Amino acid sequence: MKPAAFEYVRAASLAEALAALDHDDAKVIAGGQSLVPMMNFRLAQPARLVDINAIPDLNRIEDAGTHVVIGALVRHAQAMCSDLLAARFPVVAEAMAHVAHLAIRNRGSIGGSLAHADPSAEWPLVVALLDGEIVVAGPDGERTAAAEDFFVAPLVTDLAEDEIVVAVRLPVPPAGCGMAFDEMSRRAGDFAIVSAGALVRVEDGVFAQVRLALGGVGDGPVRARAFEDALVGKPATPQAIAGCLDFAVEDLEPESDLHASAEYRLHLVGVLSGRVLERALARASGSAS
Amino acid sequence: MSRRVDIALTVNGEPVTESIEPRMLLSDFLRDRLALTGTHVGCEHGVCGACTVEIDGVSARACITFAVQADGSDIRTVEGLGTIAGMDRVQQAFRKHHALQCGYCTPGFLMTVRDLLRNHPLKTDDDIRDGLSGNICRCTGYEHIVRAVRELADERDGVRGDD
Repeated sequence: MKPAAFEYVRAASLAEALAALDHDDAKVIAGGQSLVPMMNFRLAQPARLVDINAIPDLNRIEDAGTHVVIGALVRHAQAMCSDLLAARFPVVAEAMAHVAHLAIRNRGSIGGSLAHADPSAEWPLVVALLDGEIVVAGPDGERTAAAEDFFVAPLVTDLAEDEIVVAVRLPVPPAGCGMAFDEMSRRAGDFAIVSAGALVRVEDGVFAQVRLALGGVGDGPVRARAFEDALVGKPATPQAIAGCLDFAVEDLEPESDLHASAEYRLHLVGVLSGRVLERALARASGSAS
Repeated sequence: MSRRVDIALTVNGEPVTESIEPRMLLSDFLRDRLALTGTHVGCEHGVCGACTVEIDGVSARACITFAVQADGSDIRTVEGLGTIAGMDRVQQAFRKHHALQCGYCTPGFLMTVRDLLRNHPLKTDDDIRDGLSGNICRCTGYEHIVRAVRELADERDGVRGDD
């Protein structure tokens, strides 16, 4: 239960970090809350660790008007109590409450969670739900990737070995949207068996905008597009949500594993989707209840 | 194999400088280098909470933090709380409410409770249980730990308890 030896480089700037990553077998470390357990088990044995914690300005949450930029080093605990995020995306704090435990949330970072890409993790789902873009720096400059392009497979992203996640850009949705997040795990703080996030906007008594993102049922976070399309235009009622829930499981092929069978996961998709959509509806302005 | 790194940090108020391998975990550094064996090692992958310490005033898992990452930090361990003759307030409450039996998990719980009392409302016992959910205790069934934290939270908030 001790990590293999590695070379340690503390980068003082993004340029230094990128230079240090130009190496056969280097890995970025931020909070280390996923990477260090893997190293303790020797599931990961990088030859070099590039510590990005000292890079200035990556730990800020910034209001850019049409969107909010969250630096890669922002900790889960920091995001959870951010007034700016609470005002624009109340679903973030709701989701962060499910991320592991207090001590883990104090150190774990948004960039680390996204780069680690556990298909049940909260941040990837939140970014997919909010149509966020992941900002990646590499030797040739910056690029952005949508969640659906970034998450390739469980624990696999389209991040190249010499690239670093530097930020996430979340576009601010129109005023009056309701949002909600929930998940099912066997014990508090465990990775979710299934998680769900919803965003709805109501106009003239009907659903004008609907987003539903699911975790734990695919290679990464999944947007239930067929469900979203089916519910838009329907009356903004719990009955309409219930009537469309069959669409939420369409095209999903979750795996059975030691935590849950595929059938149970699909059952949870229905239950949790209904729950977050009803809650989002109740929070949307202009809804009756 | 890997180059040693010099680190300088503060542990329980005392300045410390050491030369370490980068792969040394903070938990091993505290126990094996500094002989501060109050920080316990349970699961060694961040699940059980026994190794919880404070890094720069917030709780953290020493077993999934490299000591080299604590360079320049201010660390507090259970040895930095009270003494046997002069327990700190959290330790007193644990003693009063019998919030421990074998004591293996206790250092981690004490450090977590300090963080909870500083940063969390703890309005209900459910809040307390949620806050403690990252620390595993196999003896007490948690009930007495929750009672100890309830007393501490009420005392902090100026709420009068039952006794």
